[in-house]
Amino acid sequence: MELEAAKMIGAGLAAIALAGAGVGIGIIFGNYLSAAMRNPSAAQKQFPNLLLGFALAEATGLFGLVVALIILFAF
Amino acid sequence: MVTNPMHQFEVYKIGPEINLGGINLSFTNASLFMVISAMLVISILFFGTKKKSLIPSKIQLITEMSYTFVAKMINDTAGSSAKPFFPFIFSLFTFVLFCNMVGMLPYSFTVTSHIIVTFVLASIVFISVTILGFAKHGFRYLELFVPKGVPIVLLPLIIIIEIISYLSRPISLSVRLFANMMAGHTMLKVFGGFVISLGLLGGWLPLGFSVALTGLEILVAFLQAYVFAILTCIYLNDALNLHH
Repeated sequence: MELEAAKMIGAGLAAIALAGAGVGIGIIFGNYLSAAMRNPSAAQKQFPNLLLGFALAEATGLFGLVVALIILFAF
Repeated sequence: MVTNPMHQFEVYKIGPEINLGGINLSFTNASLFMVISAMLVISILFFGTKKKSLIPSKIQLITEMSYTFVAKMINDTAGSSAKPFFPFIFSLFTFVLFCNMVGMLPYSFTVTSHIIVTFVLASIVFISVTILGFAKHGFRYLELFVPKGVPIVLLPLIIIIEIISYLSRPISLSVRLFANMMAGHTMLKVFGGFVISLGLLGGWLPLGFSVALTGLEILVAFLQAYVFAILTCIYLNDALNLHH
């Protein structure tokens, strides 16, 4: 296979990382909501933790982007 | 007319070229926006603390709020023993925050979307935390790699994993900030390109989308500065209070 084509396929495959980030963000917000429904008085206190978890989960998907960029431009 | 979405990350020099012993030290647009964000932080803090009144003005309120926000964050995550490191974490947080926020303005340049900038910031954190840990605990700091209550059989494997995760801290810290800023700004430009190429008839949908994305990006700009600061606090906590 030509190198250029293989690079394109590899960069596309790196986008699969987004699946994991999607699952992670869904779990975080879903669990936060279900916990907030059970105990609404404690919900406000855990809001910073929710945002922290969201940012951390979102970042793992973006590592896939970095992998794609390395494949496309570094080799 | 669709321009390259990566064009916005181009670094070009402003003014004359300066070469010092083979190292190019020219003043670039990246350094210009770093100076702008640092000046913004300094001027807000300067004017916020200039006229101290019991009923605070708006700018004094911003200063006080940012102070209590960071002080509470340090106290919650790293404990009261991390209080001497408040200036370091505060300047780190405000610098990253203002770099991200200045980057959200049209025609500006996002300094934190370049990995070298975030990597330098993360290496400063990593190296200083490591030195601090060794200075405070001596060689007992290596106990960080040996979690308590792990079976002896698993210990060799766990130690290797812990060392790798410790050494990958600067990489993950810098790549997280860099990738978030770069991906966000690329996405904004890609949707902006859709507006142009779809024209007057179909361009409204991506236009609305890019308005929503701008809101998300402002949230992300704040969140990533917050995450950067809070992870610094967590690393500091590891170094200050072993096995806490």
